[in-house]
Amino acid sequence: MNNILNQIGIENYIFLSVLLFCIGVFGVLYRRNAIIVFMSIEIMLNAVNLLFVAFSTYWQDSKGEVFVFFSMAVAAAEVAVGLAILVSIFRNIGSVDISNLKNLKG
Amino acid sequence: MDNSLVLLLVLTPFVGFLFNVFLGKKAGKTISGAIGTIAVAISFVMSVYFFMQLNTTGKPITVTLFDWIQIGKLKVDFGILLDQLSLLWLLFVTGIGSLIHLYSISYMHEDDNMHKFFAYLNLFIFFMITLVVGNNLLVMFIGWEGVGLCSYLLIGFWHKNQDYNDAAKKAFIMNRIGDLGFLIGIFILASLFSTLNFVEMKQALSTGNANTALLGVAALCLFIGATGKSAQLPLYTWLPDAMAGPTPVSALIHAATMVTAGIFMITRMNFLFDLTPEVQNIIAIVGAITALVAASIGLLQNDIKKVLAYSTVSQLGLMFLALGLGAYNVAVFHVITHAFFKACLFLGSGSVIHALHGEQDMRKMGGLRKAMPITYATMLLSTLAIAGIFPFAGFWSKDEILMTAFEHNKALWIIGSIASIMTAFYMFRLMYLTFFRDFRGTEEQKHHLHESPSLITLPLIILAALATLGGLINLPGSNWLNHFLEPILTGKHLETALGNQEYMLMGIALAGAIIGIVWAYSKYIKQGFVPKQDSEITGFSKTIYNKYYLDEVYTSLIVKPINALSNFFRTTLEPALGNIVYGFGTVANGIGNQGKKLQTGSIGLYLFAFVIGVLAIVSYLFLAQ
Repeated sequence: MNNILNQIGIENYIFLSVLLFCIGVFGVLYRRNAIIVFMSIEIMLNAVNLLFVAFSTYWQDSKGEVFVFFSMAVAAAEVAVGLAILVSIFRNIGSVDISNLKNLKG
Repeated sequence: MDNSLVLLLVLTPFVGFLFNVFLGKKAGKTISGAIGTIAVAISFVMSVYFFMQLNTTGKPITVTLFDWIQIGKLKVDFGILLDQLSLLWLLFVTGIGSLIHLYSISYMHEDDNMHKFFAYLNLFIFFMITLVVGNNLLVMFIGWEGVGLCSYLLIGFWHKNQDYNDAAKKAFIMNRIGDLGFLIGIFILASLFSTLNFVEMKQALSTGNANTALLGVAALCLFIGATGKSAQLPLYTWLPDAMAGPTPVSALIHAATMVTAGIFMITRMNFLFDLTPEVQNIIAIVGAITALVAASIGLLQNDIKKVLAYSTVSQLGLMFLALGLGAYNVAVFHVITHAFFKACLFLGSGSVIHALHGEQDMRKMGGLRKAMPITYATMLLSTLAIAGIFPFAGFWSKDEILMTAFEHNKALWIIGSIASIMTAFYMFRLMYLTFFRDFRGTEEQKHHLHESPSLITLPLIILAALATLGGLINLPGSNWLNHFLEPILTGKHLETALGNQEYMLMGIALAGAIIGIVWAYSKYIKQGFVPKQDSEITGFSKTIYNKYYLDEVYTSLIVKPINALSNFFRTTLEPALGNIVYGFGTVANGIGNQGKKLQTGSIGLYLFAFVIGVLAIVSYLFLAQ
C-alpha cells in the first residue's frame, strides 16, 4: 500500500468529505442567491466524488474512479442547463434571488 | 329465369322508392307518380305470371337468395317462397296497390311533397312483398317491421299537424308492443326447431314429439304480434287514430293490406296453431269481442273515416274469429273480399273528402248523390258488400265465417251476427248521412261540389266491380279458393256442403243485414236525424262515442303510472344518484384544496423539506440495520 493513503489515512478523507457535504447542504439551505445555491450543490457533488476516489484507492479498485468521471460529466451537463435557466430567469425578472421565485405556489 | 323474375317482382317497388327519394322532386309530380305506379304494376304483372305458373304446375317456387344466419344449429336462409298463400296475398297487395297508386296521382296532386308520398308508398309495397314472400319467420319479420315503419311515416305524412304526429307515434308504439310478442315467439320457435323455415317447421311438427307447452306459449306470442299489426283488442286503438294519414294510405295500409298481415302470419303458421287449441280459443274469443266492440263504437262516430276505421277493426275481428275456429281458408276469403270493398269505401270517402276540401264530418255532408254519382254508386255497391247483402262478395265470406262459428260455438255465432247487424246499420248510416237528403255544409262548399276526376273514379269502379263479384272465387259448390289453399292447410275438409242448416243461416244473416239497413233507413232517412253536436251527447251513447273511454283507461293505467315513475326517477332518484357521484368530486376537491397549501412556491422551503427527507431516509437505513 505505497500510496497517498498511507500518509494521511482514510478517515481524514471521510471527515473532509462530510464537512464539504455539510457546507454544501447549509449553503443550499441558507443562501438566497441562486448562483450560490448552485455552487453549494456542486460542493456536495464534489464531496461525494472525493469519497469515491478515496475509497477507490483504498480498495485498489478503479470502479469508483470511473464513477467519478460519470458524475462529473453529468454535473457539467446539469450546470450548463441550470445556468442557462438562471440566465433566462435573470433576463425576465431582473434578479436570481430564489425567494422571488414563487410562481409555483399552489 | 325464375330467379331473376322473382327479384323483379320483389325489387321493382324498391327501385321506385329509390327513384322517388332521389329524383322525385326534380322529375315533377306527374312523372314521380307515374314511376311509382308503374313500379307496383310491374310487381302485379309478375305476381299474375307466377300465379298462372303455380296454377298449371301446382308446385311452389322457392328461391334461396343467400345464407343469412348460421349460429350453432340454427340456420336461417334469406329465402323466398311463392306458394298458394303468398301468391294470393301478392295478387291483391300489388293489384289493389296499383289501383291506389293510380288514385293517389290525382288525390295527392295538390301536395308539395308528392314525390315523398310515392316514395313511402313504394317502400311500403316493397316491405309488404317481403313480408309475404319470405320463406321463414325472420324474413317475414323484416317485412313486418318495414310495413310498420312505412305506416308510421305515412300516418304522419302531414307532419305539420302535431295531432297527426301523435297518431303516428301511437301507431308505432302500439305496434311495437305486438312486435315484441312476435319476436319472443320467433325466439321460442328457433330454440325448439333450430330453423325458422315454414316448410321445415311443418315437417318437424308433423313427426310429433314437440314440447306442447312451449308451442302454446310460442303460438300465443305470435298471436300477440298479430293483435298489434291487425288491430285487435287490446291493441286496436292505433288504427282509428291512423286515419290521420292521407286517405289512399288509409285505404291501402290500414284497410286492405298491412292490417291483414296478422291474419297472413297465423294462416302461414296454421300447422302450429292447429296443435294448440287453447290459443285458438283465445283467438276466436278476442276476435269476436273485437268485432262487437269496434262495431258498437262505429255506430256513433261522425267522422267518415273513423266509421270506416272501426268497421275495419270489426271486420278484422271476424277474420280472427274464423282463424280461431281453424277455418283459415274462410278467413283468407274474407281478407280478400274485405280488401276489395274496404279499399273501395276508403277511396270513395277520399273522393268525398276531396270534393268537400278536407271536410270529414258527416254532419256537414249530405245530398252528395247527385253531385257525385260515380262515387255514390261505387260506394253503394261496396256498402252492400260489407253489409252482407246477397249476392255481393261480403255476403259469401261473412256468411261462411258465421256458418263456421255456428258449427263450433253458438255464443260466438250470436256475437258475430250482432256485429254484422251493427255493420249493416253503421255503413248505411254513413251512406245516408253522406249522400242522401240535403247538403248541410257551407254555401261555398256547395258551389264547388264536383265529381272527382277519372284517375280517382277509375280505381273506384274497378274495386266496386271486384267487391260485387269477388264472392265468385269461393262460392259454395265451386269452392275454388278452398281447393287452391288445400296444399298449405293441413288436415281440413274444405268443402262447404249446402244443407238446410246452411240455407237457414244464410237467411238469418241476410235478414240481420236487412234489419240493420231498415233501422238506419228509418232513423236517418225517414226521421232525417242528424247526429248531435259533441257536447249534446249524453248517457251511454256518450260512452260509446268516446270509444268506451279505452284511450283514457290506457292513459290512466299505463301512461300515467309510467309518467309518474319516470318523474320520480327524474326528480328524486336521479338527483340522489347525482349527489353521490358529485360527493366523490367534492371530497376530492376538498382534499386537493388542503394539499394545495403545501405548495408554497418558496424554493427554500422545498429544499429544506428535501434535506430533512433525505436525512430521515438515511437515518432510517442506518438505524434499521
